[in-house]
Amino acid sequence: MSAIAAPGAGTGLEPLGLWARLSSGRTLPVLSILLVLIAIWYVAAFSLNAPFQRRLDGESAPGGTLAFVERTLNQAKPTLPSPHQVAQNVLENTFLRKVTSNRSLVYHAGVTLSSTVLGFVLGTTLGILIAVGIVHVVTLERSLMPWIIASQTVPILAVAPMIIVVLAAVGITGLLPKALISTYLSFFPVTVGMVKGLRSPETNHLDLMHTYNASPAQTFWKLRLPASVPFLFASMKVAVAASLVGAIVGELPTGAVAGIGAKLLSGAYYSQTVDMWAALVAGSVVAALLVTLVGIASRVVERAMGARPA
Amino acid sequence: MRLRFAWQPVLALALLILASFFPSMTMGALDAEANPTATVQVPFDGTSTLISLLLAAGAILSLVRLPKTAEALILLVASFGAAWMLVSGISGAEGSALAPFFLKLAASWFLAWRAASVLSNLSPISASARTLLRLLVPALFGAWVLILWEAIVRGAGVPFILLPPPSAIGLRLVSSVPTLWADVNQTIFKSVIAGYVAGCGLGFGAAVLADRYGFLRRGLLPIGNMVSALPIIGVAPILVNLLGFDWQSKAAVVIVMTFFPMLVNTIAGLSASGHMERDLMRTYASNYWQTLLKLRLPAAMPFIFNALKINSTLALIGAIVAEFFGTPVVGMGFRISTEVGRMNIDMVWAEIAVAALVGSLFYGGLALAERAVTFWHPSVRGG
Amino acid sequence: MDRSLKLLSFSAAMNVIASPLKPADVVPRPSGASVVEARGLGLTFKTNDGPVQALTDVNLSIGKGEFVSFIGPSGCGKTTFLRVIADLERPTAGTIHVNGMTPEQAREARAYGYVFQAAALYPWRTIEHNVALPLEIMGIGKAEREERIKRTLALVNLSGFEKKFPWQLSGGMQQRASIARALAFDADLLLMDEPFGALDEIVRDHLNEQLLQLWARTNKTICFVTHSIPEAVYLSTRIVVMSPRPGRVTDVIESTLPHERPLDIRETPEFLAIAHRVREGLRAGHSYD
Ligand SMILES: Nc1ncnc2c1ncn2[C@@H]1O[C@H](COP(=O)(O)OP(=O)(O)OP(=O)(O)O)[C@@H](O)[C@H]1O
Ligand SMILES: [Mg+2]
Repeated sequence: MSAIAAPGAGTGLEPLGLWARLSSGRTLPVLSILLVLIAIWYVAAFSLNAPFQRRLDGESAPGGTLAFVERTLNQAKPTLPSPHQVAQNVLENTFLRKVTSNRSLVYHAGVTLSSTVLGFVLGTTLGILIAVGIVHVVTLERSLMPWIIASQTVPILAVAPMIIVVLAAVGITGLLPKALISTYLSFFPVTVGMVKGLRSPETNHLDLMHTYNASPAQTFWKLRLPASVPFLFASMKVAVAASLVGAIVGELPTGAVAGIGAKLLSGAYYSQTVDMWAALVAGSVVAALLVTLVGIASRVVERAMGARPA
Repeated sequence: MRLRFAWQPVLALALLILASFFPSMTMGALDAEANPTATVQVPFDGTSTLISLLLAAGAILSLVRLPKTAEALILLVASFGAAWMLVSGISGAEGSALAPFFLKLAASWFLAWRAASVLSNLSPISASARTLLRLLVPALFGAWVLILWEAIVRGAGVPFILLPPPSAIGLRLVSSVPTLWADVNQTIFKSVIAGYVAGCGLGFGAAVLADRYGFLRRGLLPIGNMVSALPIIGVAPILVNLLGFDWQSKAAVVIVMTFFPMLVNTIAGLSASGHMERDLMRTYASNYWQTLLKLRLPAAMPFIFNALKINSTLALIGAIVAEFFGTPVVGMGFRISTEVGRMNIDMVWAEIAVAALVGSLFYGGLALAERAVTFWHPSVRGG
Repeated sequence: MDRSLKLLSFSAAMNVIASPLKPADVVPRPSGASVVEARGLGLTFKTNDGPVQALTDVNLSIGKGEFVSFIGPSGCGKTTFLRVIADLERPTAGTIHVNGMTPEQAREARAYGYVFQAAALYPWRTIEHNVALPLEIMGIGKAEREERIKRTLALVNLSGFEKKFPWQLSGGMQQRASIARALAFDADLLLMDEPFGALDEIVRDHLNEQLLQLWARTNKTICFVTHSIPEAVYLSTRIVVMSPRPGRVTDVIESTLPHERPLDIRETPEFLAIAHRVREGLRAGHSYD
């Protein structure tokens, strides 16, 4: 019946074991889940590729089971490439090729990246402008807001091929058409986030500006805009990812020769599955890079604006 | 007579005055003047002045202090009347429009803008009138997007093969209902619905599991956040390669695309309930499932609906794009890619219009369901 | 030790005087029989800027049927003490018993109702369903649930508002609903953390009166945190004065007011004398220089 609570119980005072400390962090859980995923991948790769390998080997299968597994996981054009094949392909095409080479993933990623960035910049600017308009002009709010939401139900990616074909017909080619698709995809999160952000100041802060008889412009620059910065960056993270998707899909249908999307398409066309997966990995790396960059920018700006470092 | 100035009617008047310096609205009329003996049908024969008069009258009347509803009505009649005459006048004489045509088009657009701003500043007492206004203003905007599109494409003579006017798209839509229906059936009712339900369901299930086991959550959340930002659509060709051309591969793409947003949002939502509410459940010695069902799931609903909405767009995109990589000869993505190849752009637009319609309906349904389920949330109950 | 024993005998006496109708066997015996029993209780929060001593060496014994108020400047550990009783916080030193059990056992036995500073009603449930929440969790049948909802809502004067949602009610009504929720499952101990802190004086007076009536009718034990001296004196049989940095009990004042307390008892010299003592106690424990 003794109810003497162990000292430090529930307050995090007790010394944690190594295992407990590792698993209460993020590294170990993330790593183990990734390991499980890779294991599943290997199993799937084996079971999907094995039938073809059996047919390939025919009657005279050299070696034992182990050799068979090894051959199965190293086919030239597997149904599902195994992780190490993809990793090898990515590393080869990233570090061992000249950047200007047509096979270099860095080259293709660069092409995609440039239209992504252009579209992202355009989309963010457009998104901010629309948000400012919506917050300040009742007519715009009433007439635009429903259509902005509806605009996202248009599967713009499906229109991408047509936009590109049409723009090519009027002589606009290269970066801009792809960037326009990225713009369309990225303006939406920014608009929605910015409208929320510009409206985020509390009533008493707005009332305070009112007591100073501040003009709408002053209220905007001194209250609304600073208050919206965290919202802006949060939505920019979404926007930059959307922008990349736009750029990649923009490269799919055009018979474009360069870019991650084109690489995906040619991989699909020639059944070069390893190349396709490698292109996907390259796209993912670019996405991670972009989101991280926006994250860093947001931390820098928010710290400069006096937010507490997290 | 007391006046009430607004910039849109004033600008419209200025444009009309500018237009009056030009002799004619179309090249056809110019030709007719050059050889008056020819008996060709002249565009805007007679309506040219009528349009100007209608617009000018609308603009001037709107400057007078009238009741707001009367002002809006006058503006609507003038702008839509003028627009209708402009569009029907230019039909058949595509590409022959001169500056006055566009000036008058702009003038009528400004009057419509003024009407929209008068309407959006009205605050009628009756609830049904308010609802009507909430629908009317955006409908006006939509109508004018179509009018400007139609008038500019016809007036400037943009080849229909590049950008067909909305009327042509509408005709095409009506005339190919069976094809469109087959495509919708294949893409929406097979791929999208199956993938959406499975993807959202799996994401939700995984989130509840992850919520139960901290280890799983700490591992899945960073991965989920990361993957949500990846261009997952890139798996489309891979999955089509793997699973074949029929709808199963498209549904698989949709599953992969919708899984992670649902996972991440549900996990976030499950931790959205307040400390005090959770302490309360603790004082009742409520077990994990009771707390989940009675507190944390209801509190997570806004987040879950957010994911459902995001996913509704993603699902449509995923299925259509996946069809670019191979499909039986039916489906919206298939139709779009083949008709682009044949330069049947109006069919492509019809397909897009159908997709947008289906998407909007689905989204609207979700929004209604959200209002019903999260009626208690401040953003829904308003205040 | 000496002091807490003295307190115990005092409170036993109080109970005998205050409720002569009570059967003799529920008169608290020292230790074991008291509803809350804290010995050398301490709690240190570990924060990023070092440890915070929220409670040090608290010795307190609360007998059955008492109404104990906790008063003291902000940050002196009143909330923390209540949360320790409720097993929402674990002490880092000393012992505490609730109904002779550990707080955890007491919580699992559903020994107390807790009223938070904010109403914390679930916005997606109507008032009656909010009150039904603990009953559902405790597995009480539907018929009985309905009966109890009716009774407790009547107790807090909210009959007729069963179908309303919380946001459709005033702050005072919401707080009364949350009290009804705490009363619904008939725990003998009520823990209330500044339940009327956010309400205006008139509503507060009204609710104080109702709370007293409820206490008299139900013979519950109530621990009540407040910042208001008049409120504490008006309601309590005992007032615990606390002081911060580190959080501790500096004084315990017995009320000599009669059990029956109309609102205008607050004008009587006896009331003012007790209020004066509480104020002195607060001053002594907290110097502003
Ligand atoms: N979860 C926590 N983590 C760290 N410190 C805490 C925590 N909760 C309370 N404290 C600290 O413990 C001390 C006592 O807090 P407590 O909430 O009990 O005060 P209180 O007397 O209820 O004050 P108030 O009258 O303002 O409600 C304070 O110094 C507070 O900062
Ligand atoms: Mg407190």
